[in-house]
Amino acid sequence: MLEYINKIKEISTKLLEEKKVDMIVGFRKGSLPMMNEPCFAKNTEDIQSFVWDSNCGINLANYLTNRKEKIGIVAKGCDSRNIVTHIIENKINRDQLTIIGVPCKGMIDRKMISDMFDSEITEVTENNGKITVKGNGFDKTLEKTEVLQENCAICIHRNPVIYDELVAKEVEEQKDVDRYEDVRNIEAMSPEDKWKTFDDLLKTCIRCYACRNACPLCYCPTCFVDEAKPQWVGKSQDPTDTRTFHFLRAFHCAGRCTDCGACVRACPMGINVRAFTKKLEKDCFELFNWEAGLSIEERPPLDTFKPGDPDEFIK
Amino acid sequence: MINPYVPYPVRIDDIQIATEDKSLKTFKFVFLNEGDEEKFAYKAGQFAELSIPGKGEIPIGIASSPVEKGFVMFTVFKAGVVTSHLHNMKVGDIMGIRGPLGNWYPWDILEGKNIFIIGGGFAFTTLRSSIVYMLDPANRDKFGTIDVVYGARTPGMLLYKDELIEWGKRDDINMHLTIDREAPDWDYHVGMGPNIAEKVGPKGDEKTFAIACGPPIMIKFTLPVLEKLGYSNDQIILSLENRMKCGIGMCGRCNIGKELVCKDGPVFTLAEINQTPREY
Amino acid sequence: MKVIKIDKTKWAEGLNKLRSDYQLIGPVKKDKYHDFQMLGKDQLPDVELLNTRMSPKSVVFPQSEVMLEYSLDETKEDHHIIKEVEKDASPRAVFGIRPCDAKALMLVKLNFDTSDYKDPYWIKAFEASTFIGMACDDPASTCFCTSTGCGPYNEEGLDVLMIDVGDHYLAKGITEKGEKLLKTAGWEDTSDDASLIESKKGEAEAKITSKVATENLKDKAILDLYEAPFWEDTAFSCLNCGTCTYVCPTCWCFDIQDETHGKKGIRMRNWDSCMFPLFTLHTTGHNPRETQIHRVRQRFMHKLKYFTDKYEKGIMCVGCGRCVRLCPVNIDIRTVCDKMNNYAASS
Repeated sequence: MLEYINKIKEISTKLLEEKKVDMIVGFRKGSLPMMNEPCFAKNTEDIQSFVWDSNCGINLANYLTNRKEKIGIVAKGCDSRNIVTHIIENKINRDQLTIIGVPCKGMIDRKMISDMFDSEITEVTENNGKITVKGNGFDKTLEKTEVLQENCAICIHRNPVIYDELVAKEVEEQKDVDRYEDVRNIEAMSPEDKWKTFDDLLKTCIRCYACRNACPLCYCPTCFVDEAKPQWVGKSQDPTDTRTFHFLRAFHCAGRCTDCGACVRACPMGINVRAFTKKLEKDCFELFNWEAGLSIEERPPLDTFKPGDPDEFIK
Repeated sequence: MINPYVPYPVRIDDIQIATEDKSLKTFKFVFLNEGDEEKFAYKAGQFAELSIPGKGEIPIGIASSPVEKGFVMFTVFKAGVVTSHLHNMKVGDIMGIRGPLGNWYPWDILEGKNIFIIGGGFAFTTLRSSIVYMLDPANRDKFGTIDVVYGARTPGMLLYKDELIEWGKRDDINMHLTIDREAPDWDYHVGMGPNIAEKVGPKGDEKTFAIACGPPIMIKFTLPVLEKLGYSNDQIILSLENRMKCGIGMCGRCNIGKELVCKDGPVFTLAEINQTPREY
Repeated sequence: MKVIKIDKTKWAEGLNKLRSDYQLIGPVKKDKYHDFQMLGKDQLPDVELLNTRMSPKSVVFPQSEVMLEYSLDETKEDHHIIKEVEKDASPRAVFGIRPCDAKALMLVKLNFDTSDYKDPYWIKAFEASTFIGMACDDPASTCFCTSTGCGPYNEEGLDVLMIDVGDHYLAKGITEKGEKLLKTAGWEDTSDDASLIESKKGEAEAKITSKVATENLKDKAILDLYEAPFWEDTAFSCLNCGTCTYVCPTCWCFDIQDETHGKKGIRMRNWDSCMFPLFTLHTTGHNPRETQIHRVRQRFMHKLKYFTDKYEKGIMCVGCGRCVRLCPVNIDIRTVCDKMNNYAASS
C-alpha cells in the first residue's frame, strides 16, 4: 500500500506544481479504525495527508458533481466507472479531469468486521492481504479476501476503465464470479415472500438519505422525495413512504448503477440497500448486455433506441 | 398546558384582490369562538401562521392593526402550496390562525420619536398595521413626525392604494409614494424607493427611527441611504423573513446565529443583525 | 439519597411487578442493532449493553408523531377545525438509559419547555417517564462525555442511577419519581456500599481518554468563528445526509406536515435535519443556507457556539460519540470542536 500512497502523492504533487489542476480529490486517514475521509488538496502540503488502503470505499465520483475547477481525482475501478457516467450525464467534463487510476483489490467491510467481535475494535492494520484487528482483549488476523465488502468480492472491474495516470500495474480481474446469486434468490420467491423480504430489509430505515447522498448517481437538484409541488411522498416513518423512496431510487439508478457499494457503506443502520439496485443492474445486463460506466462513447440503454429492440411496444 | 400548535378556528369573511396582477389577495378573518379575538391580542409588526387543514401552515405578517376590532387581516402572495390553496378559497370557508407570533416593532422605544417608514412591494403589510396604529386618534400624539416612502413597480402593484391616497391628504403624515417608471395619471414620485428616500427622508438623529421592510434588493440599497441620512444602526429597524414551521422557536430552522427569526424576531435592529450571520 | 441493592436474581421479578403500573421501555435488539423499544410481556431490557444505535430521544420525541387532527367532511359540524389528538400519558419506565443520553434530555428540555411556550407533546411524554440510568463502566473510544459537562455516572436527567457490581446492581434513587419506582418494584434492600459508587465513578471517568477542549468557545465572537477558513475543509466530504442529526440525542429539529386520507387529516411532526437543503429553502427558491459549507457550519455552530451563548449551559453535545461512529465519511465533531476552540481570528 505504501507504494500506492507514494505514487499518488508523487503524481498529485506534479499535477499541482505544473498547475494542471486546481485541486486533487483523494482520501486522508480517518479518526476511527477502518475509516478514511474524502478530502481535497490544493497545495503540496495538503497532499501529505493522502492515504490509500482497504478503507477507501467511499465513491469519490460523488465529489465531482457540477464542479467547475480542474480536478485531479484518485479513482479505483468503480469510481472510474462513475466518473464515466458523470461525463456521459454532463455532470463534469472529461477535460476538467486528470484521473489518477488505482487498481483495486477490494475494500474491506467495516460493518462485517465490527460485527465479528463483541467489544470495540481499536486498531486495524493491513499487510500483504492480511488484516489485523485489535481491540480490548483480542488480536486477530484475517484474510482480506474473506472480509471484503460484498460488492468488492464479486467485482469484475477492479482496474480503472478510464485514467490519465496509473499508480501501479493493473491487477488481475476476477473471473467466474457469480454476481447475482442473491438477486436470483429473491427472484425465486413468491410475491408474498418478496414483500416480506423488502419489509424486513427496510424496517430499520430512518430516512436519513445517507444511501442517496453517498451515491454519485443521486445528484438531482431536487430529489422526488423532497418535491413539494406536488408532494409525491410523505415524510413520516410510514413504511409505504420508505419503500417508495427506496424502490424509486433504485429504478432511477437502472442502467447507471456500477454496484460500487457506497449506499450500503454509508447506511448507519446497516441496511443492504444494494438488494434493490442490483436487481436492476442484473436486468440491464441480461436484457441489454449493458454494464454501466465502461465507455464514454456509448449511451446507456435507457436513453437510446435501437431498431432491433426485442420489445414490440416501442416499434 | 396551552398547546401552541392548535390554531384558533376562523372563517374567511372577505377576500379582495390586492394587486393588478392578482398575485396578492387580502383576506379578512373572523374568529369562530367567542373570546379568541381577545386571546389573539397582537401588536403591529407581529405575524401569525395561517393554518389550512390538509395543506399546512404559512407565516404571514398581520396587516390589520391592533386598533381595528372585529377581524384580522392578512395580505398573501400566491407562491407555495399553502398560499396557492388559500387563493382558491372562498368567503365562508373555515381554517385556522395560530398566533400572534414573534416580536413587534419596539413601540415602547418608538414613543415620542419621529418615524421614517420605507416599504417596498408587498412587504407593506405590517407597515400598514403600524401606520394605522400610529394614526389612531388615541395614539397619534405619542409620535413625532411620520414619513412614509412606499414604492412598487406600477401604481397597480401598491397595496392598500385607497388608504394610501387618503393618508396622502392628511397633514399629520407625509406620504411619498413612488413607482419604478412613469405611468399615466400618476401624480407622485417616480424612481426607486431608496433614491426617493434619500431625497425626501428626514435626517437621522436621536429622535428619529427608520423602519424598513421590503425585498432584499430594496433593503440592500436602502441601508446606505439611511446611513447617509445619519441613522445609527440601532435606529434602523428591519423585519426579516425565513422559512418557518413552528413559529414558536422550537423546530430549529429559521435561526440567524443564535437568534430565532420566528421568536426573537422577526423585528431586529440593524445593529443586532450585524452581530449575526446573514442567513436569511 | 439511599442506595438500594438489587440482586440480579431478583431483577426480572422486580420488573414484572412494575409492568402493571408502568409501560416498560428499554434497549432491545431490533434486527442488527439495539434500540429503545416498548418491552413485550416477559421481555427484559439489555441494560448491560454499551449503548443503542439510535439515542433514546425517541422515547419522548418520536421520529414521526401525530400532533393534531381534523375532518375535511363538510357535512360534519366541526369540519376544518384543527384539534389536539389524545396522547397516552400513562407512566412509563425507561431502563438502561446511559448518563450521556439522560443529560441530553435536559439539554433538549431547554428547547421544548420555555417560559414563552410549552411543547405539550414533549413535556407530557417526559413527565410521564421515569428514567432509570445505567452507569457506564466500560466506555467506547469515541465516548467523550467527561469533556461535555457530563460523565459516566452523571445523574442529570435521571430518576434512578444503577451501577453494575457483578452479581447485583446498586440503585441510587435520585428523585421522588425514582424512589417510587424502586419501591413499586419491591427493591428495598438498602446497601451501605455508597462509597463503592464513588470509587467506581472515579475509575470509570479515568477510562474516558477521548477529550475535547471547549473552554474558549464562549469567548469567541460568533462572526469570527462563522467566517473561519477551516469550514471548507471540514465540510468537503459531508454528504449532507441526516445521519449525525438523527442519531444525536440532543438534535431536536423537526418538520411539520399535513397528511390526509379521504376526508380525515392529521398534522404531524417528523424529525428534520439542518443537513438537508430543504430545511431552510424559501418558497422563492432563495436558500439562506445554500451550500454544504453553510449547512455543516450551522450544525457545529449551533451545537458548540449558538447554544453555548444562548443558554450558558455548556455545549449542545453530551459526548455519546454516535455521530462520530456513524458518519459515513468520518466527520468527527471532536476534531471540529478543537478547531473552533483553538481558532484565533487573524485580524
